[in-house]
Amino acid sequence: MKNTKTLSVSAIENGTVIDHIPAQNLFNVISILGLDQLTESQITFGYNLPSEKLGRKAIIKIADKFFEDIEVDKIALVAPHAKLNIIRNYEVVEKRQVNVPEQIFNIARCMNPKCITNHENIPTKFRVINDGKVKLKCCYCEKDTDIEHMKLVNK
Amino acid sequence: MKYKSLVAIDDYSKDDYLEIMDLAAYFEKNPVQKLLDGKVAATLFFEPSTRTRLSFESAVNRLGGKVLGFSDSSQTSVSKGETLKDTILMVGCYVDLIIMRHPLEGAARYASEISKVPIINAGDGANQHPSQCLLDLYSITKTQGTLENLKITMVGDLKYGRTVHSLIMALSHFNPTFSFIAPEELRLPEEYRTFLQQRNIPFEEHTELAPNINDCDILYMTRVQRERFADPLEYEKVKNVYILKNSMLDHTKPNMKILHPLPRVNEISTDVDDNPKAYYFEQAQNGVYTRQAIICKVLQLK
Ligand SMILES: [Zn+2]
Repeated sequence: MKNTKTLSVSAIENGTVIDHIPAQNLFNVISILGLDQLTESQITFGYNLPSEKLGRKAIIKIADKFFEDIEVDKIALVAPHAKLNIIRNYEVVEKRQVNVPEQIFNIARCMNPKCITNHENIPTKFRVINDGKVKLKCCYCEKDTDIEHMKLVNK
Repeated sequence: MKYKSLVAIDDYSKDDYLEIMDLAAYFEKNPVQKLLDGKVAATLFFEPSTRTRLSFESAVNRLGGKVLGFSDSSQTSVSKGETLKDTILMVGCYVDLIIMRHPLEGAARYASEISKVPIINAGDGANQHPSQCLLDLYSITKTQGTLENLKITMVGDLKYGRTVHSLIMALSHFNPTFSFIAPEELRLPEEYRTFLQQRNIPFEEHTELAPNINDCDILYMTRVQRERFADPLEYEKVKNVYILKNSMLDHTKPNMKILHPLPRVNEISTDVDDNPKAYYFEQAQNGVYTRQAIICKVLQLK
């Protein structure tokens, strides 16, 4: 019985396991990390797994892939409680959490329909504001985009 | 040469504001100064704003510079689909300075990032219009002798009025007391109230005009627009509450001045115009000196 949860997705020899992703944001995480662009790594997803903290969570196992901190922090917007397990030779050699970055570049779209970034081909840029609730302040139009309404840049 | 564009009012520090005040006073005393001799400025008005454009062009001319540009993008390559980036890079080859107004928010910030000549934002949608704010500050300085320790009462559309928001940010450096008079629908947004609370800047809020203007040094009037109301009945209820009449001014302070970013519709009754406390036409005149000051600061000429 002890192993039922961990057996939901098969183990990997080397690579990264991203756990505690809110199920509804799995595809956002895939998009932000560009996992759909990876041609070499084998990737396994677990979706709608039970989670005490999140209700339903997702998990991603990416074989033979290790991320830079700056890359991984980008997912903090959609999966603030995500935990990364770095696997080498079937062993977890490192665990880390994601940190909300101060600035995010070209990930989210600005919610303001009158923002210049929604009319010309300009990479978006936001300062992350955290006054109890995480919001993105557009560096161009200065309007706030909240995380619930956030749409990702189509890449 | 090092330069710094002026896109938003908080691009400037308290010292920058004071420097602009001194420079504007200098240009008021010495209006003809050929500091821009041999230089060219572009006024790119992607949406029309005759008053702002003429004020900037007057400022450039008084400084001895030449102006080129357009007053409405419908007659230009922009209407043929040229991107803002291409327009800014192209114009930057011809001029020393770009003064731009654009209907989209953030346009001036973006232009300042890609342009090799400095940008002065003459309005980007509902976002920023820093020269308006600086001329308001200059009008306050001129009439009160200082920006410090004043009581500023703001009236009308405090929700959408960008001049109101910019002025709150700028004056926050000068130990002000604010009073905000607006209908519930157009109340000052929470982010500005929080901004003031965090800085321990005292403010009061009222919905009635007449009984609440006797203790202020500056009465800053703005227009209450019908289209801001979701419910037309609400507009009908409040539209006459925020009209300033000469008879309301009897017990106001002797040093009090009335400002208005213009154009006015009916929110200041014409019988106020001849009252010495009315200052909105002089305020427009101050705009030219202030814009001379901004141009010189941006180009590091003085
Ligand atoms: Zn924006």
